[in-house]
Amino acid sequence: MSYIPNTDADRAAMLQAIGVKNIDELFRDVPEALRYPELKLPPPVSEMEVLRELREISEYNVDLEHAPCFLGAGAYRHFVPSVVGHVIGRSEFYTAYTPYQPEISQGTLQSIFEYQSMICALTGMDVANASHYDGATALAEAVLMAVSVSRGKRRKVVLSAGVHPEYRAVVHTYTQGMALTIVGEGADPLATEVLADMIDADTACVIVQNPNFLGYLEDPAALRALADVAHSKGALFVVSTDPISLGLFSSPADYGADIVCGEGQALGGGLNFGGPYLGFFACKQQYVHKMAGRIVGQTVDRHGQRGFVLTLSAREQHIRREKATSNICSNEALMALAAAVYLAAMGKTGLRKVAELCYHKAHYAAQRLSALPGYQLLSQKPFFKEFALRCPRPVDEINEYLLDEWGIIGGYDLGKDYAGLANTMLICVTEMNTKEEIDLLVEALAPDYFSRADEEGASDMEEAA
Amino acid sequence: MREPLIYEISSPGRVGVNLPECDVPVTPLPKEYLREDLPLPEVSEVDLVRHYVRLSQLNYAVDTGFYPLGSCTMKYNPKVNEEVAKLPGFVHTHPYQPPDTVQGNLFLMYQLQEFLKEISGFASVSLQPAAGAHGELTGVLMIRAYHESRGDHKRTRMLIPDSAHGTNPASTTMAGYETVKIPSDARGNVDLEELRAHCDDTVAGLMLTNPNTLGLFDEHVQEIARLIHECGGLLYGDGANLNAIMGIVKPAALGFDVMHFNLHKTFSTPHGGGGPGAGPVGANEVLAPFLPGPIVVKERVEEESDSDEEWEEEEMYYYHWQMPPSSIGRLKAFYGNFGVCIKAYTYIRMLGAAGLREASENAVLNANYLLSRLKGVYPLPYDRTCMHEFVLSGRLPDAPDVHTIDIAKRLMDFGFHPPTIYFPLIVPEALMIEPTETESKETLDAFADALIQIAQEAKTNPELLHSAPHLAPVARLDEVLAARQPVLQCLK
Amino acid sequence: MVEYAKDRRYLPTHEWVKLEGEEAIAGISDYAQHELSDVVYVELPEVGETFAQNEVFATVESVKAASDVYMPMSGEILAVNEELEDSPQLVNEDPFGRGWFIRFRPSKPEEYDSLLDAEAYERRCREEAEKGG
Repeated sequence: MSYIPNTDADRAAMLQAIGVKNIDELFRDVPEALRYPELKLPPPVSEMEVLRELREISEYNVDLEHAPCFLGAGAYRHFVPSVVGHVIGRSEFYTAYTPYQPEISQGTLQSIFEYQSMICALTGMDVANASHYDGATALAEAVLMAVSVSRGKRRKVVLSAGVHPEYRAVVHTYTQGMALTIVGEGADPLATEVLADMIDADTACVIVQNPNFLGYLEDPAALRALADVAHSKGALFVVSTDPISLGLFSSPADYGADIVCGEGQALGGGLNFGGPYLGFFACKQQYVHKMAGRIVGQTVDRHGQRGFVLTLSAREQHIRREKATSNICSNEALMALAAAVYLAAMGKTGLRKVAELCYHKAHYAAQRLSALPGYQLLSQKPFFKEFALRCPRPVDEINEYLLDEWGIIGGYDLGKDYAGLANTMLICVTEMNTKEEIDLLVEALAPDYFSRADEEGASDMEEAA
Repeated sequence: MREPLIYEISSPGRVGVNLPECDVPVTPLPKEYLREDLPLPEVSEVDLVRHYVRLSQLNYAVDTGFYPLGSCTMKYNPKVNEEVAKLPGFVHTHPYQPPDTVQGNLFLMYQLQEFLKEISGFASVSLQPAAGAHGELTGVLMIRAYHESRGDHKRTRMLIPDSAHGTNPASTTMAGYETVKIPSDARGNVDLEELRAHCDDTVAGLMLTNPNTLGLFDEHVQEIARLIHECGGLLYGDGANLNAIMGIVKPAALGFDVMHFNLHKTFSTPHGGGGPGAGPVGANEVLAPFLPGPIVVKERVEEESDSDEEWEEEEMYYYHWQMPPSSIGRLKAFYGNFGVCIKAYTYIRMLGAAGLREASENAVLNANYLLSRLKGVYPLPYDRTCMHEFVLSGRLPDAPDVHTIDIAKRLMDFGFHPPTIYFPLIVPEALMIEPTETESKETLDAFADALIQIAQEAKTNPELLHSAPHLAPVARLDEVLAARQPVLQCLK
Repeated sequence: MVEYAKDRRYLPTHEWVKLEGEEAIAGISDYAQHELSDVVYVELPEVGETFAQNEVFATVESVKAASDVYMPMSGEILAVNEELEDSPQLVNEDPFGRGWFIRFRPSKPEEYDSLLDAEAYERRCREEAEKGG
């Protein structure tokens, strides 16, 4: 089934019109010796068979509808209202092309304009673009933009260790051809104030994440102080953030951000094993001409009717080519639409309520878990929906036990990324985790059950031997 | 036809979603950390749904009509792809779940890696890049890493044909290279003499699209590969036009060292209004170690299983992540646009080798047919057999005041999306037309008829074109105003 | 009718420069603004920056294009036309007057003599137009 409507009769008529005897003649320019290679692919299947095959493949996974999950670390299980799927499932949206011909793309254009507006509402920034691929690439683009704002003169970036490790890796990958100096990652992720001493006249930008990768909230006053130092040295202040947290906590504009970016997956996007996700990106008005990515603007048509168009296109690669700041072309438009529908559906009160539920449930979990012998919270700093828990055993051992004995997906092993954090688990609790799930986790990790399972495991092995 | 903004239908106190009550004791919030205001809309579900459904009705889409957009491959998006991507077993998996718990996902990604390798002839594939341009950046960074690894620091230049897509030179700059433009010759090929003159040991490589953006298969592609390799450079393939050559020739066999795929073009995944796409990258033995990672690998496991593997070989495999040995690093967080990969996997399973070749053959046939109907009517800068697309000029001899933009806007009145316009840059007033294989002869004829009629109108009634479109939801929009006085959000 | 102001000199890349004692003003020509069509944004340098002759000191954007603007003579920027921020269309409406880009102090006044005078520049533009520019 290749979705080709034309029949042999149609093809014969076309060949005649073209003036060739067969299709082979159309491939004359392809080197003859290399033509028509064999492609060793599995034989094609019908729709009925492919549905069965894919269902079977999917059932080889443990999915989170069937396992309580306390895993976060940059990808989150949040509630997706049913309206989101219904809107992005309309083929007028999902089979549409990029709105380069605005007169017949007003649906896409207006919905993205609304998305941009809502991102500005959340972040406190003046302008937002139509999206980047994800939070990590959005951050990398922020670095490129900051360097471009300095016209290439500033070559240093101060990057907090509290930023997601994979985001930092992407920043390094993107800038590997640029001879930039990136400092700050060796410092304590919980001590953002030490970054101030690293800022100088060569610094293009200072980057923090709030809430940080370990889940902690930075004090807005402290961030404001850091932003002031950055600004006094002529550097931009970049904040990578969680959009759900912005339903409750200060917008980064309030503490001096020039650029705000982050991962928008939590806004109506499913987990989808890591993608497609959504890099949201917003900045202050004075930097708009250096911002990468597509932007929708409002205008009028010949009859004075309001309409929307892609605008400020001379920033982009199809016009600037080798002089463009960024090469971005396709983005995550449909995920931005999902985010817009989510934000509109949740609204002012709903988003705040989601954030509160996350906050209270995470704090309940933290209180109960840190009361267990052998477990302590890493820090008493305020946190949002994730927290770092010091554990009596290696995290992967605990997670294997939780999965095998309790069917629970445990948290993230911080020891993988931070030298001083072996045996420390990053636990995420969202509005999707019920009290029963949290209590189950506590019960699982309570000493009796944990050590008893160990004993059982030991005796099983003895039997097998 | 004007739909209010979501903020304009908002009313204080309205709620779109209700959430459960908090089932745990509350913890006091840190007051100094809280925001004061949250200016989001407040709408009920009914108003929300009507708003978005009405907006959707203002859109043109593949599911409403033909998009002859050159180099975009707007082929039909099969609905079965959408269904499988929604399977809960895929949707509800977290990227950091232990590999043991996501063997289904890892198997699918591994298989897709293998399929793309087979179709292209490359030794290894990474599914990580999220779009074509992302894949291009990947490829250029890999070339750079290769030269660096050999201590070859002299290579600062990337050669790029003048017909290239803007993402090629933009990616080159991001990687720290200087772009050197190579002209095309009178037959639309890369000018071999010019290329030869530029090949030296300061050249990192050449970025080549083949078939190119004129829709032409370069008549000297193997010689081009030889010249680049001879001076120590590498050949990058922009795979945007792969729809012309699946099962016809393997890019790796032509001499490409690394190439990106566009799953949202060649492999039928929907465009989504501008994304998400996916831009996997394939590489030969020389460049494979530098691929971004992690990628999926498999190893044999001697274990009994009690489930039936009808669609798998008899051996049991364990799938897991591995970073290529000299990887350039990560290009994004997590692994790639998995939800898009599922759709491409499904498409390849439904078509198989014969179906993919049929797709390319019919794509090329459709394009040549459309060309045969239009070549007497619009100027044709390169009169050769085309591949899956071709380029005409909108400079009609008897209508000097009519521009390609007018022809494009008038096409909307006939119910068609315009072709790609003003690209490639080497053809003034360009119209790049790519029908794809999923359009019927009737659609092609209707489109050709419309363009022929417009050519007539250009002579007899040019004002009709200048003031087009007349039948779209809005009339021609003022893009100058939008750029001079930008209004980019509605809150200020 | 494209204008070629006689009281100034030109670069082949369509910039003009007019001397005013020890200072000079620069902008782009009527021919240039006509080719660009509607200017939507001009990116100007900062006061105090110095540029060599032929170095890029500004960028002009229209809806469909972005062009580099080259320094006609070496010098230090004394002032930039702030009106262009809100009214970029001045470049189209009055390229030799209110559409000026920068006022600068030439560091090598002799460079002026090597530039094209209005007649030579006009001839060049006609040749370019005939080639199908």
